[in-house]
Amino acid sequence: MCSGRVDLAFILHAFSIGMDGVYIAGCRLDECKYITHGNYYALNIVLLGKRLLEYIGLDSNRLRIEFMSSAEAFRFVETINDFIHTIRERGPIGEKEGVKQEELRIRLSELAKLVPYIKIATRKKLSVRLKDPQEWEKLFTPEEIETLFREVPSYYIDPTKCQACMTCARRCPVDAILSGKNLIHIIDQEKCIKCGTCLEVCPPRFSAVTKLIGETPPPPIPEEKRVITRKGKED
Amino acid sequence: MVKKPRYIIESKCTGCATCMEYCPVKIPDPFNQAISKNKATHIYFSQAIPLITYIDENCLYLKEKKCGICMGVCGKKAIDFNQTSEKVEVNVGAIILATGFEPFDPRVRDEYGYGKFENVVTSMDYERITCATGPYEGEIRRTSDLKPPKKIAWIQCVGSRQVIPGGNSYCSGVCCTYTQKQVIVTKDYYPEVECVIFHNDIRSYGKGFERFYQRAENLPGVRFIRSYVSVVKEVPESKNLIIRFSTPEEGVKEEEFDMVVLSIGLNPPRDAKGLANRLGIELNAHGFYKVNPFDPTKSSRPGIFVSGASQGPMDIPESVYMGSGAASRCGESLEYRRDKLTIKKVYPKEKDVSQEEPKIGVFVCHCGTNIGKVVDVPSLVEYAMDLPYVVHSEEQLFSCSAESTNKIMNVIREKGLNRVVVAACTPKTHEPTFRDSLREGGLNQYFVDMANIREHCSWVHSQEKEEATEKAKDLLRMSLARAIRLEALPEFELPVNKAALVVGGGIAGMNCALSIANQGHEVYLIEKENELGGMARRIHTTLEGLDVQAYLRELIREIYEHPLIHVSTGATVMEAGGYAGNFITKVKSDGKVREIRHGATVIATGGEEYKPTEYLYGKDERVMTNLELEERIAQKDEKVTKCQSLVMIQCVGSRNEIRNYCSRICCTESIKNALRLKELNPKMDIYILFRDIRTYGFNEDYYRDAAEKEVKFIRYDPQDPPQVEKVEEGGQTLLRVTVTDQLLGQRLEIDADFVSLATGVIPPEGNKEVSQLFKALMEEDGFFKEAHVKLRPVDFGEEGIYLCGMAHYPKHITEAISQAHGAAGRVLTLLSHDTVVRSGVVCVVDEKRCMGCGACVEACAYSALSLYETRQGKKVSINPALCKGDGLCNAICPTGAIQLKHYTDKQLIAQMDASVEEA
Repeated sequence: MCSGRVDLAFILHAFSIGMDGVYIAGCRLDECKYITHGNYYALNIVLLGKRLLEYIGLDSNRLRIEFMSSAEAFRFVETINDFIHTIRERGPIGEKEGVKQEELRIRLSELAKLVPYIKIATRKKLSVRLKDPQEWEKLFTPEEIETLFREVPSYYIDPTKCQACMTCARRCPVDAILSGKNLIHIIDQEKCIKCGTCLEVCPPRFSAVTKLIGETPPPPIPEEKRVITRKGKED
Repeated sequence: MVKKPRYIIESKCTGCATCMEYCPVKIPDPFNQAISKNKATHIYFSQAIPLITYIDENCLYLKEKKCGICMGVCGKKAIDFNQTSEKVEVNVGAIILATGFEPFDPRVRDEYGYGKFENVVTSMDYERITCATGPYEGEIRRTSDLKPPKKIAWIQCVGSRQVIPGGNSYCSGVCCTYTQKQVIVTKDYYPEVECVIFHNDIRSYGKGFERFYQRAENLPGVRFIRSYVSVVKEVPESKNLIIRFSTPEEGVKEEEFDMVVLSIGLNPPRDAKGLANRLGIELNAHGFYKVNPFDPTKSSRPGIFVSGASQGPMDIPESVYMGSGAASRCGESLEYRRDKLTIKKVYPKEKDVSQEEPKIGVFVCHCGTNIGKVVDVPSLVEYAMDLPYVVHSEEQLFSCSAESTNKIMNVIREKGLNRVVVAACTPKTHEPTFRDSLREGGLNQYFVDMANIREHCSWVHSQEKEEATEKAKDLLRMSLARAIRLEALPEFELPVNKAALVVGGGIAGMNCALSIANQGHEVYLIEKENELGGMARRIHTTLEGLDVQAYLRELIREIYEHPLIHVSTGATVMEAGGYAGNFITKVKSDGKVREIRHGATVIATGGEEYKPTEYLYGKDERVMTNLELEERIAQKDEKVTKCQSLVMIQCVGSRNEIRNYCSRICCTESIKNALRLKELNPKMDIYILFRDIRTYGFNEDYYRDAAEKEVKFIRYDPQDPPQVEKVEEGGQTLLRVTVTDQLLGQRLEIDADFVSLATGVIPPEGNKEVSQLFKALMEEDGFFKEAHVKLRPVDFGEEGIYLCGMAHYPKHITEAISQAHGAAGRVLTLLSHDTVVRSGVVCVVDEKRCMGCGACVEACAYSALSLYETRQGKKVSINPALCKGDGLCNAICPTGAIQLKHYTDKQLIAQMDASVEEA
């Protein structure tokens, strides 16, 4: 397991269970013993994570990454002590930032739900290798994060167009589409990870799936109205 | 052999270091160059193998039969003062000498004041001083007042390149670069320190060294000054040191430093003479073990091999591949006895527990007093009993000891455990031990988890016992949460195809093929040209005067006569696939395409000569390359051998912006040709225009020889390179070379009959294709990229593929042969097994959850993942044989479709959640 295994979801999860800080230690950059160089992924996840924390009103110093070799115990001790000091200064999560516990919980859980979407949207940047620490801060800008959240899509199946062909339901990676034979399909917005697969696979002759940005999708139609009666079948 | 007493019973000592803590005797720490103190009983250094203590002869008990405290505190009764020197007799078929070198002792020459002035240290001292485990815990301090130095001088060539009593005439080959490393390390931690390096030629001839030199040189506050120096005196008040040196611009100068580091060279191993006598082998003129340049590990006596710096100065990568090469050469003669002494362990059949509820056994280790002294072990044992699924909990003095692991195995059987948690030390040290206990107990080895309550609790919180115990409980709970979710993972075995493919039939490829074939393996040797031999076909003699062509003829004959070697010339690789142990490569030769199945691949595609565009090459036939000159000397072309003057220009096509590396061999090649010409025609005027002469190691002798024979060496500045022009004078077209002599500060004009260009080595054009076909990484200069520049110099990151020869970097014939044997040794570590065992820690794909985005495919450095079309769109599939278990794909996958086994999202999240549960 490499430091690149640290998932954005783990970081957010740690904060959501009440951790006041998250410290990630990876090997020295460009000194990967293998050919993986996964520490750059870890670095990028942290750079992104910091911006996300800021976005939800938390101090980004609560998340830190340090690079060291296994022979550098002193570096570890030094940085961890410094981190503890940093966190002690800030106190419990949300306190200095003025975010109430309940509000914090909601924000983190909303954010956690968006992890798949964030991963898809930032994919290219997560794999870059920025050698110059001066560049790090610029990898993700606050404006970019604003845009990222402004453009969070929702997917919606137009009940008048859906022909209940089951294609989207079969292809949805998280089983978020309620479907059945001759039943108009409905996207469970709670489960949906916003990957857009349904939009991609809905047969063009139906074009029942739409991508909504900045709009709340209409509520699902009542169950009794979901049955489709097909012309062909009536004859 | 005589084995010195350690006064510790190795089989009993667990390395807990309790004896160290109680030992009252302090001695100068031999590993830290006696700069700091250690106890009389101590572990030699923190990575020592075995990681157990020994007792120094300054021990009170050994000296005066007093004390003996250690005997009382050792929980394992591992101290034994009755041990004496032991005579050990072993019967062996071969011997490898790898006795290393002895650092030069600058005390023998007092011009540097070492041992007299406190703040003069050797590079070995400085190495320890900068080390985190060194005397000042990584803080750089000077000896006199323990204050950080502000201005440090390095003096190069201390004990090297000196033909004076006490000095060595050869170049130690490693000091230029290790000094640059020390400068970089110093500036890394203390950017304000001023560093001055007094040097002779800068010999950055190794792979990546030229760039490394530039990195050091370009740091602010670093000066490289080419000058001989002496340490004149110590300033009595400050203990600072005055160094005297001279530069062409400013003449003789003195400068004050607060610390001086002597870059000491490499001496022959201690008592090389005595050992050589006892073993009946010869030493060379410099007192190192003598070897055969065409068989670089072979001593003067059959069956005795020499590797590493005991045969002459060399850097880490050369030592590493030479060690592997010596092993391979032993293997050639001992192949018939392979595995005769190995005993295979047999394990009981693995029980299927997938349908059972978790039944966990917890074992809490005291680690002597290491853990128990701080963490309340009994309360931890009790605490564990109340946790879900725990059916057994006990404490152990040393969980890693044989009796404890036996106990674990027995409890697994008796109580029907299906999970084990060991609360002890880091899994880095003993996880394999406990995995083995599980296997012996009939469980899948992945059902164990370790809670590190030593490093994370007792060691770092030794002053806070209660908190340490609370933290230990947290770690134990977390460990259990993970253990519940652990799964049985198969370690699958893949059969190994016993054949090897060697790509490239030059000296490296052929030597590698022979060494592999001599150990009973089939080898397919493919060469793109119609003849074997590669670059060596154009080389006639070595620097030492050996006949390369005769050697080559003999080598080619051996290759063709070997029943296990199949040669294809004029060959092209069409396709390459598979993985370690099972490669399939399609090769076209003689118009036919053949499919070769092989377990290992060696890339030995060699190097090529740079064809210059500079210095009128191609425009005037009197301008030639070094290799062309060598050819004409070999043919006894009298036009050349009887000419009056010849100019050689170094670094043509190397060490420039396009090829930012040193071609390593051209200095020697020029000196070789110059000496040969001087031999044929002592009156010939030969000029060598150079930047740095890089005759490292014993090659230095020939440089000196050339200078003594009046070959004129003129240093030029790359900013002001020599000019070669045609000049009409007296009805003749002269070849005029103009160069600025830096010492004299004058322009020199030399009318040359011939100009020979020391052209660099460039990677073959075809490397790019080979790289893509075999998934063998190439670096920016177009040579192949080894897995680790120092520690794995013949491996690729990809398993089962190895490299040697100039495909790796320009090198001399002897070095190429050594590396070829090294690659063969590595190949054998794979091919000598019937199967390769793959870790169970690999990724798996849940196809339903995969959205076919391909993010994981991009993230995988090992090409273990690939997309394929299904009826449900694109999906990812994994080849577990290629997966290294880094888990990048898992972290980048948006849907959670890929999971890294043993470190799944569920297991890790559960561990996090357990950390905040109420204790």
